[in-house]
Amino acid sequence: MSTTTTLRWHTVCPLHRLDPDRGVAALVDGVQVALFRTVDGLYAIDNRDPVGGAYVLSRGIVGSRAGVPTVASPLHKQVYDLRTGDCLDLPGISVPRHEVRCRDGMVEVRLRQEG
Amino acid sequence: MTGGRVVVIGNGMVGQRFVDALRDRDPQARWRVTVLAEETRPAYDRVRLSAYFDGADADELNLYTAHDGVELRLGEPATGVDRARRVVTTGAGEHPYDVLVLATGSSPFVPPVDGAGLPGVFVYRTLDDLASISEYAQGRRAGAVIGGGLLGLEAANALRLLGLGTSVVEFAPRLMPAQVDTAGGAMLRRYVAELGVACHLGVATTALRAGPDGSVAALELADGTVLDTDLVVVAAGIRPRDELARAAGLELGPRGGVLVDTACRTTDERIYAVGECAAVDGTCYGLVAPGYAMAEVVADRLVGGAATFPGADTATKLKLLGVDVASFGDAHGATPGCLDVTWTDPAARVYAKLVLSDDARTLLGGVLVGDAAAYPTLRASVGGPLPAAPLALLAGDDAVGASVGALPATAQVCSCNAVTRADIDTAIAGGCADVPALKACTRAGTSCGSCVPMLKQLLDAAGVTQSPALCEHFDVNRQELFDIVRVRDIRTFSRLIAEHGRGRGCDICKPVVASILASLGNGHILDGEQASLQDTNDHFLANLQRDGSYSVVPRIPGGEITPEKLIIIGEVARDFNLYTKITGGQRIDLFGARVEQLPQIWRRLVDAGFESGHAYGKALRTVKSCVGSTWCRYGVQDSVGLAIALELRYRGLRAPHKIKSAVSGCARECAEARSKDFGVIATETGWNLYLGGNGGFRPRHADLFATDLSTEALITLIDRFLMYYVRTADRLQRTAAWIEAMDGGLDHLRSVIVDDSLGLCAELDAAMARHVTGYSDEWRDVLDDPERLRRFTSFVNAPDVPDPSITFVTERGQPVPVGGRSPSPDGRQPVTLGLPEVRR
Repeated sequence: MSTTTTLRWHTVCPLHRLDPDRGVAALVDGVQVALFRTVDGLYAIDNRDPVGGAYVLSRGIVGSRAGVPTVASPLHKQVYDLRTGDCLDLPGISVPRHEVRCRDGMVEVRLRQEG
Repeated sequence: MTGGRVVVIGNGMVGQRFVDALRDRDPQARWRVTVLAEETRPAYDRVRLSAYFDGADADELNLYTAHDGVELRLGEPATGVDRARRVVTTGAGEHPYDVLVLATGSSPFVPPVDGAGLPGVFVYRTLDDLASISEYAQGRRAGAVIGGGLLGLEAANALRLLGLGTSVVEFAPRLMPAQVDTAGGAMLRRYVAELGVACHLGVATTALRAGPDGSVAALELADGTVLDTDLVVVAAGIRPRDELARAAGLELGPRGGVLVDTACRTTDERIYAVGECAAVDGTCYGLVAPGYAMAEVVADRLVGGAATFPGADTATKLKLLGVDVASFGDAHGATPGCLDVTWTDPAARVYAKLVLSDDARTLLGGVLVGDAAAYPTLRASVGGPLPAAPLALLAGDDAVGASVGALPATAQVCSCNAVTRADIDTAIAGGCADVPALKACTRAGTSCGSCVPMLKQLLDAAGVTQSPALCEHFDVNRQELFDIVRVRDIRTFSRLIAEHGRGRGCDICKPVVASILASLGNGHILDGEQASLQDTNDHFLANLQRDGSYSVVPRIPGGEITPEKLIIIGEVARDFNLYTKITGGQRIDLFGARVEQLPQIWRRLVDAGFESGHAYGKALRTVKSCVGSTWCRYGVQDSVGLAIALELRYRGLRAPHKIKSAVSGCARECAEARSKDFGVIATETGWNLYLGGNGGFRPRHADLFATDLSTEALITLIDRFLMYYVRTADRLQRTAAWIEAMDGGLDHLRSVIVDDSLGLCAELDAAMARHVTGYSDEWRDVLDDPERLRRFTSFVNAPDVPDPSITFVTERGQPVPVGGRSPSPDGRQPVTLGLPEVRR
């Protein structure tokens, strides 16, 4: 059994600071978040690569696999589903995802903490 | 008896093969082996002897492998065999044996004519012979070869390469009489004549005459011709070295050679004979493949096996003086009632003959001159039904390709490794879906490689589609993508994928397209949409390390650096607390930089005159050099100067993979140029160019491509080599694999970039000229542009906060990431990387 605690929205940056199909790292309440902007919308996941342990997912290459929006870890290229955080190459591995939206030209993030 | 003492007399190719084969089967070394060698160097590849004149040295031709329990005694020829006491005597003593293997090989046959012993007359058998010929040829003008067979033509080519006007004298009415027929010989003669080699056929040499200095000066032929010559090579055939066996009272074959049965055993059951000295059931074989087969038979017998000599495949395919010649099966049509189908095309200069059984259904043999593409299929079909109509078989590649599917299961596809069609089909059925998989699984195609085209065709025949697709977003490979981008002048990934692909792209195709766009000169790699295609190294113009920090490598062309610049690097490393290490490429790597520090580090370096070293890119890395003639007592050219010029010329060139290079100032090769994609080694008169080397997982020496080049000619060849590589190689394919994958390999590459066979050279030259003039430093270009600089922040919403996850401890006086992959000796708790974090 797990419960999900949703915290408050944080304003992060103007939307134009996010390049299409490329990530940036943001520090939200002490948590490193990787933010992505694609034609499908905005995505937010933890910046920490769960396999390699380094905080680098925001620097991966954004793309698609069978129509699913993805990012590939720059360390060892495992591919993650940006919508769910699930690793598409290693079953059972996933990266926490967070909520993200755009309000009045500003990107906002709300952390999801599973615990 | 499956153990004891083996004495092997002879350390030629076959003698060595026997030792290798025995050790393979007898890893516990129950057989202790003593090898007695006449020559002072261990076994080398005599088949490739002529490569010596292309610059290959003894090391490159070396075949010797040391084994436990094997003693090699060089320069200690056997002088006698005492069968009663079972000892071999040498000048140094006696060697007792339980089993004796004679691998004494053969000696050149020198016809008994006057003057055969004059100074200036040589045979063509050992590396020492070749060294003597090479030395004697210095400053002389004309050479003659007695013998127009395979070895004679090799020798003629060697004399040509040594700069001598060359004649060949052959007693038979055609060249290569043992392998080709009259019409094939005529075609061969046309090729040879075009190279400036004069042929005197159907005529015997009657005498060699000395000049005033007592050395050879002329050949007299039976038809009265007198050929003036300064040097003579006798290549008139070989005779088995059977004198030890004769003296020991062993029975010999009718035309010489030590008589053995199909177990390769002589008339003394403790003595075997293998290779050119052996007469199996009376027949001697002058080719290495049957010798190898005999070596395997004896090794098998010694461990209790019952192998027998399977009979010889005397099929040969070779390139002589640049001409493809192949002969297989009953090439001369000796089978009663057989039929010949011949094909002569004087325009294309191709001759082919197939020998068929009297009912025209079974292929018996054949001869190919000028184009031997059909050889693998035809050789594999000998003894079986024709895989296609005879003329279709001879007409060209397509027909042959289509016919491969009709080969019988027993047809031998790879004769080097005895792999049949059935073996290949089984491997394909077992899941092998491409040529590399078939090679790994069956060993087919791993020796001479001539059957590789057939492996592809058999995959096709089995209905295996060898997908060229780069990834799920593009159906074509990198080369085709490159052509599409170039020809259609596409400047953006989004247009390319919209018009020629599908989906959004991925970490495979995006960097490939980024590299293609960069190779074609589309401005700074971080401009506009291009930035989103780069992997993280190119995106930050630095190398990502496992803790998320980056390393910085400034370019130090040729490894030459002033003390002032060295001090600057030291100051930068100290001020930014960077771990500092000298690289293998003669430069300095600075580790542990955070993304927001990168521009500050570059600022300091760029202001001091440094630029990006592209250590992060699939691009030219470094051109290493030795110190060269400026300082070195042995150097013959300025290797540092050339290395700097090459590094500055090709810096920043984006390619399918990294490119490394080195320049050595003399043949001692201190710069290790032959382990590089392109390596240059100085000669007295210029530069030798080597292509296709690499270190890494599968190290490979580069192959000699051209010799004694001027600096200008060298640069032209490297320009074309690199541009052709950039345009046609596959993703992440180093130059070595790229050349290996080409149909025709190095010869094909030579035809494209030297002979301009594809008419591409002008285009390649122009493309390189554009690269050279278009170069600018990527670091400086970022520093000059606030828009590019904006990417180099730790957090988009907290640019002043450094990444808290990057922390260091001190090890040997330098900062290193916390938590190594291996437990540290000081007992620090290792941090587990590579395992998912458990979340509750």
